[in-house]
Amino acid sequence: MMVLTAPLAALGRATLAFLATIGQVTIFALSALTHIFRPPFYAREFANALLNIGWLSLPVVGLTAIFTGGALALQIYDGGSRFSAEAVVPQIVAIGMVRELGPVLVGLMVAARVTSSIAAEIATMKVTEQIDALTTLSTHPMKYLTAPRLLAALIVVPVLVGIGDIIGIYGGFLVSTQQLGFNPATYVRNTVDFLQQSDIISSLIKGAVFGGIAATMGCYYGMNSGRGAQGVGRATKASVQAAAVLILAANFLLTSLFFST
Amino acid sequence: MITFTDVHKSFGPKKVLQGVNLEIPKGQSMVIIGGSGTGKSVALKSVLGLISPDSGTITVDGKDATKGDRDAFLARFGMLFQGGALFDSLPVWQNVAFRLLRGSLKRPRDEARDIAIEKLRRVGLTPDVADLFPSELSGGMQKRVGLARAIAAEPEIIFFDEPTTGLDPIMSGVINDLIREIVVEMGATAMTITHDMSSVRAIADKVAMLHDGIIQWTGPVGEMDNSGDPYLTQFISGSAEGPIEAVR
Repeated sequence: MMVLTAPLAALGRATLAFLATIGQVTIFALSALTHIFRPPFYAREFANALLNIGWLSLPVVGLTAIFTGGALALQIYDGGSRFSAEAVVPQIVAIGMVRELGPVLVGLMVAARVTSSIAAEIATMKVTEQIDALTTLSTHPMKYLTAPRLLAALIVVPVLVGIGDIIGIYGGFLVSTQQLGFNPATYVRNTVDFLQQSDIISSLIKGAVFGGIAATMGCYYGMNSGRGAQGVGRATKASVQAAAVLILAANFLLTSLFFST
Repeated sequence: MITFTDVHKSFGPKKVLQGVNLEIPKGQSMVIIGGSGTGKSVALKSVLGLISPDSGTITVDGKDATKGDRDAFLARFGMLFQGGALFDSLPVWQNVAFRLLRGSLKRPRDEARDIAIEKLRRVGLTPDVADLFPSELSGGMQKRVGLARAIAAEPEIIFFDEPTTGLDPIMSGVINDLIREIVVEMGATAMTITHDMSSVRAIADKVAMLHDGIIQWTGPVGEMDNSGDPYLTQFISGSAEGPIEAVR
């Protein structure tokens, strides 16, 4: 009988643990959000977070976007659109980058670069008792560590997405005009004519949501890390996995919300 | 005065504190000794609210440590952590002046820096250390910076968590002497946890032996060697023979 029930028990334990984690993450995220609006505010920490999450992510975001935009142009051109390529390629590159690839790729790059770094930093602070030290020095770790990073991500990741969208479209433009022989003016006109304001707004909203997910996951797994180097490693890995999956799931939900008819 | 009354704490099935009763009189230096994993750090962190006891009460000057204004309560304490727990991202002087740069004890930046440099000097470090980062310091220097941070806001109560762990005997002696001097000079109440007997003799007015989740013995440091308590005698002598199991 035990042999038959053991797998069910394991499944039950895993399900309960999963549900408990969802609950804990939700409470953590809500708590972090409320701390953004309640003093004291740590301007220096916020400025550092803006620099780390925004400015220092620009190279990886730019390179990802330009190569993706270029590859997208080649794929569309090669995929049967030759009959009206000069119109179709810029339109699909623009809509593909702005609606989907820009936000998702920037979100994933931020998850890889920023979530991992936040989780590793906070987890190391936890195992070396720096978070306990913060508390004894009358400084709330959620206010000092989480709120500035979350606020910075909510503000700066949409900016990164906007920049990524532009660079991605430019990548498509470069490939189309230099390699495929399109007329530059026509390419730009087709791009601008086809894009709508709602495309851009949806892209920026996705950026804010993905930024929030990336920062929250980094902080949550960092604060809840296990002991020692292994604990830090596990927290970092789990934070990136969770952020990436949640970003993709949120992207699906937001796309359904914005564009399903 | 800090008072523990029937304090219990478990982590899962492991019962760490099983009814700790202890009084630390105001202005005295109490050292809690005991083997690794006996709950010394848990007891200390319970006072500060870093760990919540399952039951029992901890009072500071008669007031429940878990109730009231948390900032005002914590402003009375300074703490030296086992590994220093210095903030890697901040230079030494900002670590020392951390409490003076924010919150209710906030001072102008220049004044906070001057106080930090004075406290660094008090623990035997030169002003040029102020602008270094913790990773650029040796273990002994990090402990001194941690000590300077603990005393920066002139707290009434100072906690020392394994202050000499990882240090060579000479540096241990220097840190022990510094702790004793500072505690006497400031008239602070001190609570130290350690299993280093040289620290005990240098720092303590009173000693408490924690084992099996309870205080097995407590008394003045001068009576420690002739206590007649089998647990304490075995711990002091470092013998494998006695009521404390050598393998835990």
